[in-house]
Amino acid sequence: MNEPNWALARKRQTLETRARILQQVRAFFTARSYLEVETPHRIPANAPELHIDAVPSGDWVLHTSPELAMKRLLAAGYKRLFQLCRVWREGEQGSRHLPEFSMLEWYRCGVDYTALMDECEALLAALVPEGKILWQGKSIDLSPPWDRLTVAGAFADYASMPLDEALATDRFDEILVNEIEPNLGCHKPLFLTEYPSELAALARKKPENPQVAERFELYINGLELANAFSELTDSEEQRCRFESDESARTAAGKPAYPLPEKFLAELSNLPDAAGIALGLDRLIMLLTDADRIDQVVAFCPTDL
Amino acid sequence: MYSCSDLKKGIKLMIDNEPHVIVQFDFTKPGKGQALYKCKLRNMITGSLFDRTYRSGESFEPASLEERDMQYLYKDETGYVFMDQKTYEQTSISEEVLGDDKFFLVDNMEVKVLLHGERGIGVTLPIFVNLRVSQSDPWVKGDTAAGNNKPATVESGYTLQVPSFVDEGVLIQIDTRTGEYVTRVKE
Repeated sequence: MNEPNWALARKRQTLETRARILQQVRAFFTARSYLEVETPHRIPANAPELHIDAVPSGDWVLHTSPELAMKRLLAAGYKRLFQLCRVWREGEQGSRHLPEFSMLEWYRCGVDYTALMDECEALLAALVPEGKILWQGKSIDLSPPWDRLTVAGAFADYASMPLDEALATDRFDEILVNEIEPNLGCHKPLFLTEYPSELAALARKKPENPQVAERFELYINGLELANAFSELTDSEEQRCRFESDESARTAAGKPAYPLPEKFLAELSNLPDAAGIALGLDRLIMLLTDADRIDQVVAFCPTDL
Repeated sequence: MYSCSDLKKGIKLMIDNEPHVIVQFDFTKPGKGQALYKCKLRNMITGSLFDRTYRSGESFEPASLEERDMQYLYKDETGYVFMDQKTYEQTSISEEVLGDDKFFLVDNMEVKVLLHGERGIGVTLPIFVNLRVSQSDPWVKGDTAAGNNKPATVESGYTLQVPSFVDEGVLIQIDTRTGEYVTRVKE
């Protein structure tokens, strides 16, 4: 008889912790009066984004995020929603990326993105009552309030060129990954905030400074964990952004996606709201001291 | 030509007319940003290591190197010595140039040696190699759950995680692509 598959057998403790975290996340949001929803995985179109490619499924695609469906529910009058689901992104596989991964998204009416920062702090406090974790030999203090740093401030502190030059020369991502991210959230989690409006995606621009968007990303020990917005509710502006992303996709030789017309039509009913997408597998990596994402899922594509 | 999606550990590329091998590879992508392909490369002639980040759309010339079937003989002060079993010609590859592949060489093992001119600059290892555990702390009684692991060092000096039931002196199979334990080998 062969030995049992050791790579699978050794994941037992991590998979047990993973299951417990999923239950605790559900309990956390349910206790805060969030309604858990399930929206379709297979959809006609995602929000068009230049750098996110969907996996085709017949004439439709597998969703890259439940964002559009969640916001249509908000527009129909639901106030607090959360969802735990699988999402798919073509070609993304690395030590922190899987082409199929688990996303936690939550949306809340009547608040802006700063309320979600508080809620991230509260979620981690619920998951880690002792208030600190040890990850890859580094101790991280989770007690609130967490650090906040603007994108412009991060470029000034850590980058080899200023932000405007990085944007003009299309080196923003590379500098963010190589020079800035390793410094973010090393002793305490950090919110990287005020993204340049070119990188607003579905976030609203800051009313008092339209050069930046009300968007943040949460980093813990260099690991990017979540992306959040104060939601853009202006459907005309959203349509312009989608169209500009569509033409950028076409120019890059990528497939164009049909515009999500029903979403755009209902967006004007969306009240002020904020929403966040958090990579659950990465959260589990942090809470199980795993340094690779494939350690926290039972199977990744290369195991199949 | 290779594109970014072909890049992975072990791929050999020509950069500035010299062969390089990717010794570490990671795909990464900042939130909403573009895909980045982070490589640690080793110049196969000089052994020097450096980091480089590539972006989608870049293309790469594969390094096509002559390969010769040779047998690994021993390590001496020049490095790791290999012999062509037909011509008895020998070549030595320095520890620096061989990198972590040195951990997976077993005496008398047959490997493909990569040549630059007449000089050996690397090896193509079999996917699986068998190495004997030279040191590992004994199994603790009561520690029976499948999946429990412990460190073990094999005869080449390489240390890896193995299941708790693997004792010193046991021959184990290792996947040279990942460096991880696969199974015990029946003798």
